[in-house]
Amino acid sequence: MNGLQIPMEQVLALAGILFSCGLLGLMLRRNIIFMLMSLEVMLNAAALAFVAAGAKWSQADGQIIFLLILTVAAAEVAVGLGLVLQIQRRFKTLDMDQARRLRG
Amino acid sequence: MTAIWLIPLFPLASATLLLLSAGRLPRQVAAVLGAGSVGLAAVCVALTARAFLADGEVREFTLWTWMAVGEFTPRIAFYIDGLTVVMMSVITGVGFLIHLYSVEFMWEDESICRYFAYMNLFVGAMLLLVMADNLLLLYLGWEGVGVCSYLLVGFWYRDPANGSAARKAFVVTRIGDTAMALGLFLLFTELGTLDIQPLLAAADSQWQVGDTLPILATALLLGGAVGKSAQLPLHTWLPDAMAGPTPVSALIHAATMVTAGVYLIARTFGLFQLAPPTQEAVAWIGLSTLLLAAFAALAQHDIKRILAYSTISQIGYMFLALGVGAYASGIFHLVTHAFFKALLFLAAGAVIHCLHHEHNIFRMGGLRTRLPVVFWSFLIGSAALAALPFTSGFYSKDAILLSAWELPGIGHWLWAGGLLGALLTGIYSFRLVFVVFFGEAHTQPDHQPGWKMSLPLAVLCVLSLVGGLLVLPLGNVFPPSGHHAAGHTIEYISIGTPLLGLLLAYLLFLGRQLPVDRLVDSAPGRNLRNFWLSGWRIDQLYDALWVRPFTSLSRWWRNEPVDRIYNAVVAFTQWAHHKLAALQTGELRWYATTMVFGLMLLLAIMLRNAT
Repeated sequence: MNGLQIPMEQVLALAGILFSCGLLGLMLRRNIIFMLMSLEVMLNAAALAFVAAGAKWSQADGQIIFLLILTVAAAEVAVGLGLVLQIQRRFKTLDMDQARRLRG
Repeated sequence: MTAIWLIPLFPLASATLLLLSAGRLPRQVAAVLGAGSVGLAAVCVALTARAFLADGEVREFTLWTWMAVGEFTPRIAFYIDGLTVVMMSVITGVGFLIHLYSVEFMWEDESICRYFAYMNLFVGAMLLLVMADNLLLLYLGWEGVGVCSYLLVGFWYRDPANGSAARKAFVVTRIGDTAMALGLFLLFTELGTLDIQPLLAAADSQWQVGDTLPILATALLLGGAVGKSAQLPLHTWLPDAMAGPTPVSALIHAATMVTAGVYLIARTFGLFQLAPPTQEAVAWIGLSTLLLAAFAALAQHDIKRILAYSTISQIGYMFLALGVGAYASGIFHLVTHAFFKALLFLAAGAVIHCLHHEHNIFRMGGLRTRLPVVFWSFLIGSAALAALPFTSGFYSKDAILLSAWELPGIGHWLWAGGLLGALLTGIYSFRLVFVVFFGEAHTQPDHQPGWKMSLPLAVLCVLSLVGGLLVLPLGNVFPPSGHHAAGHTIEYISIGTPLLGLLLAYLLFLGRQLPVDRLVDSAPGRNLRNFWLSGWRIDQLYDALWVRPFTSLSRWWRNEPVDRIYNAVVAFTQWAHHKLAALQTGELRWYATTMVFGLMLLLAIMLRNAT
């Protein structure tokens, strides 16, 4: 394998940082669109870890899983945006703290 | 004749169609299906009866084997002999007239589809009962008519009183049915078959007269017959069963279903002849029931309850006939009773229909000129019920009383009791006629019965008058009863008794020659009247003996320890539900955060275990 060699540890660290950013965004943001974007960041962080692992052990599996995650993310965004439209239509807001009816 | 299986098929198929339509059929279609199927069955019965009368040959017809469990292989099979032909003719003939009458009576009812479905189901089940070749198929029909009776008594189910009357009818007859089921088990374990003819032959060859087993088996069968035929002590359901529509009372609670017990005893008379004590018990039950019901009928003021008690009383006569061994006379009375009792009920229904659902006879009166068709029907029906000379009831009741007289030993007592019953019958039936149709008018009829009501009344009038001349083809079914050798005096007495009753009723209720009001108003008279009005307080007696102890026992047992364990489980689940439901806040970020922390906790545990 030739080309730019990036150490595994650095790639995993980047993936970890990205994942944590996404997680924090999911927990802290109240706007549903930002929550969806945070989800995308988390998915891509996981995908990056897969690709890195695949490159390290020269296995195609890592890239296959990356393609799978890409597909899942696309499908999830399609459904998610549809839900966002409905939420906006019904609650007239995208703030998820206000758009709730269930009270335990 | 292959059309035998068509006879029960027509009403059953029509009932299925009507039930599956769930009341969506237009009422014209429902009426044509309901009445037409019974009419077609009647035509088939007529063809079968003609073939039977031509050669007198017993026909057996097997459709298929119902089930096969080892030795036990009951078939769906029919057995057509003289008794079956008579019963089928009554069921479909009288049944068709009542269905025709119902078309007009029930026309305004929104549930006419359901009504005809139940009625047809009833006719089909009753036909199965009388045509069955084995006791199991008979039991199927037996329970079928019980269910239909329940459904039709509670037909107007929106009134809770009707529902409770229906439940009462079902539960009380269930007591008898349980006894009958036990009887069937006993017969099968002892004799190895339930097919009626082989069973009777086996009983005849294996058992001696007076053995314990036949006595026990017949006593259990008698229990079933007593429940279904509303005899003492299980008669209390029949007066309450008048909550159903009047044509139902005519068909089920007077003409056909309640005679199923009589049919059962007549069908298995070979067993009863092996058990003289049970046979004697049948006679005493019949006699006590007929007297008790006749006294109770004297005090009633609901037109249908009078007729209900008279039905109980007349079935008592049939039981009396069976008990003294005069099976043919009993069945003869069953047939004539079906004619005149159906006539009386249909006429009563016409009165009720034309008087805005008025039931109290003391608020009627003077209807003789206003409802002439109904008046003549009622007069003829009452004459036959009271057994006035040359009506149909006269011939059959006379034969029963003569047979009772000829029985050695207790015969004279039974005869005297039956005669007293005949006197009372004369009084209460003409009390009804005089109060309803003579005197001053209290309520005006708003319309006249139409042809669909009048035609069945006319046909039944003719049958009630000349039905006594019928010769039933029962010669080969029952052993011949001896020639009536009683003297002329006995005959004159039994002719004169109903006339005396008529005279008494005239003096009491029309001529006002006797101080009936003062008699009733005195303290003992009022007590006696209330006593009879409540049907000898037997309902209250059963209430105190069975119902109230049972309900208090069940109330006390409601908090039994086993139940408490389950109640504790339920309480814990509900408590946990309330606690856990607090977690479901609906806040999306809260969910995400708890998931993250849960995941971290899991990871921490796994890492600790790994090291």
